Amino acid sequence: MDQFTLPFIIGHLNYWLFTLLMMTGLYIVVAKGNLVKKIVGLNMFQTSVFMLYISMGKVTGGTAPIFPIDMQIDPDVVYSNPLPHVLILTAIVVGIATTALGLALIVRIREEYHTIEEGLIQKIELEKATREIREFGEVMGGGE
Amino acid sequence: MVNAIAVVRTRSLFAVAMLSGAFSLLSALLFVTLDAVDVAFTEAAVGGGISTVLLLGTLALTTRFERHAEHSPFLPLFVVIVTGAAIIYGTLDMPNFGDPSAPVHQHVGPDYLARSPHEIGVPNVVTAILASYRGYDTMGETAVVFAAGIGVMVLLSGLRRRRRRDGSIEDREEDG
Amino acid sequence: MRHHLILRVITKLLVGMIMLFALYVQFHGDYSPGGGFQAGVIMAVAFILYGLVFSVGQVQQVFPPWLVHKLVALGVLIYAGTGVYSMLTGYAFLDYGALSPDHPEHGQHWGILLVEAGVGITVTAVMVSIHYAFVGRTPMISDEEW
Repeated sequence: MDQFTLPFIIGHLNYWLFTLLMMTGLYIVVAKGNLVKKIVGLNMFQTSVFMLYISMGKVTGGTAPIFPIDMQIDPDVVYSNPLPHVLILTAIVVGIATTALGLALIVRIREEYHTIEEGLIQKIELEKATREIREFGEVMGGGE
Repeated sequence: MVNAIAVVRTRSLFAVAMLSGAFSLLSALLFVTLDAVDVAFTEAAVGGGISTVLLLGTLALTTRFERHAEHSPFLPLFVVIVTGAAIIYGTLDMPNFGDPSAPVHQHVGPDYLARSPHEIGVPNVVTAILASYRGYDTMGETAVVFAAGIGVMVLLSGLRRRRRRDGSIEDREEDG
Repeated sequence: MRHHLILRVITKLLVGMIMLFALYVQFHGDYSPGGGFQAGVIMAVAFILYGLVFSVGQVQQVFPPWLVHKLVALGVLIYAGTGVYSMLTGYAFLDYGALSPDHPEHGQHWGILLVEAGVGITVTAVMVSIHYAFVGRTPMISDEEW
């Protein structure tokens, strides 16, 4: 347990905070029944993963990875790692596109079931399934 | 952080949409302090702008309030705590924040930084990597955005025409 | 629809500036933060803002849905076309040296410009078309409901 020194804790605090944020998002996704809220939770989860990546790319004393415009690069200047930035940049835009797809699905679900609560949708589905089994069960060979 | 917890608690979905926009802007600020200006720019434009508008658009099509949860929150809470503990246990092996000798900074990252001035000649290294070194990636991402756009169009605009034609049949079923 | 005077005036002022800013971000992305993805989103925001404050019908007169749908595909085609062009001229796929064989660095500049333009067009068109799709289904909301 002697690895828990002060520099270690400060150096890892960022990971822990982002984990906490990530778990908040996960909790919303798992525990809340409202579909729109689930999407917001997923977005939060996503953003905290982005933060995790970006914080890995940070170098102490570094600056943003953009060279001076005349390209006279000072070798003493430390730049943060640009690779995570690139990956996350595209991930954000893809994330919003998929979010839009999810929201579109929710709109369709609402039109079909007149609700966006997970529990109610399950109830409606169950009723539908039992009715179908009662009507067509014998024909399909299953019975009740 | 406070913002996130507020999102969990609030039941008015309108407030949730606004809070998630604020959350995006705050995370954009965080990205600026972490030297990722390009990312912060994107997050502010996308999260603060488009996604809030889309959420509001969805709310206009659905409902504005959330119902009470039917089951107790303890099982999900347990799952979340276990997962979080596992992840935190995993981070114990990670290098310290901002450590220049971390494995992330050993491989391709510095290589791009060293090569792009004379190979590409573009001051913004992020753009150079995005469009040139990782051009394949970016093309794939563009294709994903394209596919998602097509998906939304099919889901929301295409079906309405078919709907109207089927309308009479559905009405009869409901009568019977 | 003669209310929200301040919103309407400010929107008229802002839309032009937002579009100008989007173009700046698009073509200055090599030198400062920015690029196709951001510019596309900002450009789309200009159209969406106009559509929200005025009406979707008015935006669709300027930027009709059929044009948006064509642009969605056009952006991806520009991107892939750049790759195919460099392949046809004997280079690797997406090797921008092909665009200026005597001076590979200039070729890179051209390549990045083209590819970012493709990304920008696709992102703008997808965002605007998503917005059209959502708004196209929305029943008119009166102010009292909010």
